Amino acid sequence: MDKSIISFSKVSKRFGTVTAVDQASFDISQGEFFSLLGPSGCGKTTLLRIVAGFETPTEGEILIDGQPMSATPPNKRPVNMVFQNYAIFPHLDVRGNIAFGMRKSGLTKTDLNKRIDEVLELIKLPGYGSRGSNELSGGQRQRVALARALIKQPKVLLLDEPLGALDKKLREQMQIELRQLQQQLGITFLFVTHDQEEALTLSDRIAVMSEGEVIEIATPAELYESPSSRFVADFIGSMNFFEGEVVDSKARNTTVTSELLGTIVASEVEQEFSSGTPVWIAIRPEKLQPQFESPENQAGYLEGRMGPSAYLGDRSHFYVHIDHRDEPVLVALQNLERSLGGISRPNQPVWLTWSPDALVVLSRN
Amino acid sequence: MKTSSTTAPHHNSGISLARLFQTSEAVRGYTLLSPTLLALLLGLAMPLAVLFTLSFWIQDYLDFIRTFSLKNYIDFFQKPIYGKILIKSIRMSGLVTLATVLLAYPMAYFIAFRIQHNKLIWLILITVPFWTSYLLRVFAWKLMLGYNGVINSGLKTLGFISEPLEFLLYNPAAVMITLAHAWAAFAILPIYVSLEKIDRSLLEAARDLGENAFITFVRVTLPLSLPGVIAASLLVFIPTVGDYVTPSLVGGPSGIMIGNIIQSMFGKALNWPLGAAISVISMLTVALMISLFLWGTQSFRRKVA
Repeated sequence: MDKSIISFSKVSKRFGTVTAVDQASFDISQGEFFSLLGPSGCGKTTLLRIVAGFETPTEGEILIDGQPMSATPPNKRPVNMVFQNYAIFPHLDVRGNIAFGMRKSGLTKTDLNKRIDEVLELIKLPGYGSRGSNELSGGQRQRVALARALIKQPKVLLLDEPLGALDKKLREQMQIELRQLQQQLGITFLFVTHDQEEALTLSDRIAVMSEGEVIEIATPAELYESPSSRFVADFIGSMNFFEGEVVDSKARNTTVTSELLGTIVASEVEQEFSSGTPVWIAIRPEKLQPQFESPENQAGYLEGRMGPSAYLGDRSHFYVHIDHRDEPVLVALQNLERSLGGISRPNQPVWLTWSPDALVVLSRN
Repeated sequence: MKTSSTTAPHHNSGISLARLFQTSEAVRGYTLLSPTLLALLLGLAMPLAVLFTLSFWIQDYLDFIRTFSLKNYIDFFQKPIYGKILIKSIRMSGLVTLATVLLAYPMAYFIAFRIQHNKLIWLILITVPFWTSYLLRVFAWKLMLGYNGVINSGLKTLGFISEPLEFLLYNPAAVMITLAHAWAAFAILPIYVSLEKIDRSLLEAARDLGENAFITFVRVTLPLSLPGVIAASLLVFIPTVGDYVTPSLVGGPSGIMIGNIIQSMFGKALNWPLGAAISVISMLTVALMISLFLWGTQSFRRKVA
């Protein structure tokens, strides 16, 4: 385990009767890109503001680099924040904004200006020092906010949905730059977002939050491929769920039975279940393979009819209607070849197959 | 035939005017402005022009000598009393402005940052003094400050003084207290508006970047509320320099201001041209003071940044 830079111990925050953060306890390692991910109102921003010092926890304690923070005001904490709306000082130019936090740095004017030029170079805005704050585009404001925080050389950089206001292309570009910047500087980033794709792209580890609780902390791949709860499986990406029951569970192979799927084996299951445990059998849309002829030597398959489809450019989504199931099953297919006509007719019979290691088994309790 | 030939071009010009109105931003703007422009022209520019012209004439008993003359301006600078009173008026108004803004700022700050609900009620409460006439408010201060007024009788009853204090009323201080109270709302409202507009995350950003609450106020809140402070200062300074009601009611002989001199020139002293000249000089002086003030606030803004 790497050195812990932020440590939450049983941190709770209540606003009146509303619990915004409920008993959060986890550590963030030095140099990590750590994301707090969750739907709006899940408490992720409150947790970030607790780290920054703008909210005091109702219970619990936060250690930053081993130091308890409960009595430390925001201006004395070794962290800096990039605000959601960037909070660029309108009465200052770019240079003034970046220099704002350096009043007590002890640098001479020449040295400070040199530092600012370096930081402007780093955020790819060289020569923008004398621009007024109202002469900047959204992406440029975001960079200035980043520079203003980074010049302070914080132990942890806090980012509150910093890419939310940018358009898709710019957002993707900034994601790459943020990640490069973080690796280049080695600063710990604590990143708040509601965009699961963004969290997957950027993070070393992600804490998924819901209604104030931290549901799961894992790497992006772990969260996506073997989520530990239905909430996480559902929130990250798309997932098809089937009700089922465990028949047998041993050595990472779990046999489950389900009305629609029959009795099938899921391999690479980390958790062991006792027989009879009610479970969700879950499978990602891209891990279902459709074929238009009845499979012969296949252990398990689903039979259905083609429903509506959605063309997304790089891939297509198909909804497959299954008898005795209200919700259609979602199938995602990479569009590997140019195909202008579409590959299916509505109501065409279709068979869906999968490999045993594609199945995720989640407890239903 | 005749009617058709006259209406046709008229009809055409109607269409082109309508089109001009639709396509040209400037035409539309000036058209919409025109009632206000007209009122301003009649109500502001014309009296100014009259006043300006009058100041170059000479009073001849009940009539004017309508030839160009600088006599009134020469009189103003030859008799030191006018200049002295003008400077005194500016000093008094300056102090009133300073006191009003200093008192109004915390009030505006309190409403903008501390009051979460029912801000409107607080704003309405601020205007409550305006529900009575200005004269009544000045008389109220007379009751407060007078020889047998509230303050004197109160202090006497409490045994702090045996004889009423005579320095409370009929002096410049009384004028300044009354004016500062009367104009407080005009200072609170613009400052409140400029404080209310400040994005709260800017204050958090300043804290986050290492400044304590006081320095955050100096480096962020104050510069960003400066437009409100400037508006408040002008709103108080300009009208109080020329006020003559308050000094004549609570000022006594020592509390006289330039407005009283101008009023007497147009009244008892019966020298309208000299009154006009004093008015013009006052206006120019006030304009100069305001320019200096604006220049000063701008450089302050640059310095704290």
